Amino acid sequence: MTTIRVETTDFDLGQELAALTAGRADIGGVGSFVGVVRDTSGGRKISSMTLEHYPGMTERALATIAADATQRWNLLGCTLIHRVGVLLPGANIVLVLAAAPHRHAALEATAYLIDWLKTRAPFWKKERFLDGTEAWVDARESDAAATAKWGVSG
Amino acid sequence: MKILYFAWLRERVGTDEEDVTLPAGITDVAGLVAWLRTRSPGHEQAFTHGRIVRCAVNQDFATPDAAITDRDEIAFFPPVTGG
Repeated sequence: MTTIRVETTDFDLGQELAALTAGRADIGGVGSFVGVVRDTSGGRKISSMTLEHYPGMTERALATIAADATQRWNLLGCTLIHRVGVLLPGANIVLVLAAAPHRHAALEATAYLIDWLKTRAPFWKKERFLDGTEAWVDARESDAAATAKWGVSG
Repeated sequence: MKILYFAWLRERVGTDEEDVTLPAGITDVAGLVAWLRTRSPGHEQAFTHGRIVRCAVNQDFATPDAAITDRDEIAFFPPVTGG
């Protein structure tokens, strides 16, 4: 089962894990990654972060990423949930779950999914600092390098 | 055709979406960008900011040499920063 959602509301890791594994006994392990809003950026405190995306293309990109990982690691299911809108420090941003018969596939697929998502899914972050100024987050070379190691061009 | 702008490109152009008629003779993304830059000071600033601009044609990533027609949806945005 593949679940893909882009939404403003928060997600519950336990509920999503239960939904992914419900009614089946062929899964040997589930890898998970939860991205969270940090309260600092470049040494400065932030008060909030706003996530913008490209409706339509985002869902297409996430479906492509999920299908790619499912084929590559023979996943038994995966979940990609990304929040958008205004998020406060400590809030969840993104959830990745990958279910497989064995742990290596589950863990590798989870890392692949979040690396891929960070460089290929059309989301943009804007940070608001405590002094009221705002700045768009710049893409990182290290993120492109993380994707490149999987043999995917950023 | 529909042109979409996201993140700081949207802020500089001053709109998130515009419908334009593709001028005759423009057949690729690079040609479209050169023409869009002439539309307003905001457009000019968006595309000459000295930072990388990415493009999608019909919701797939595209390069400057990608062919376009008047029926396409073209989006311009900065390198993505989700996750």
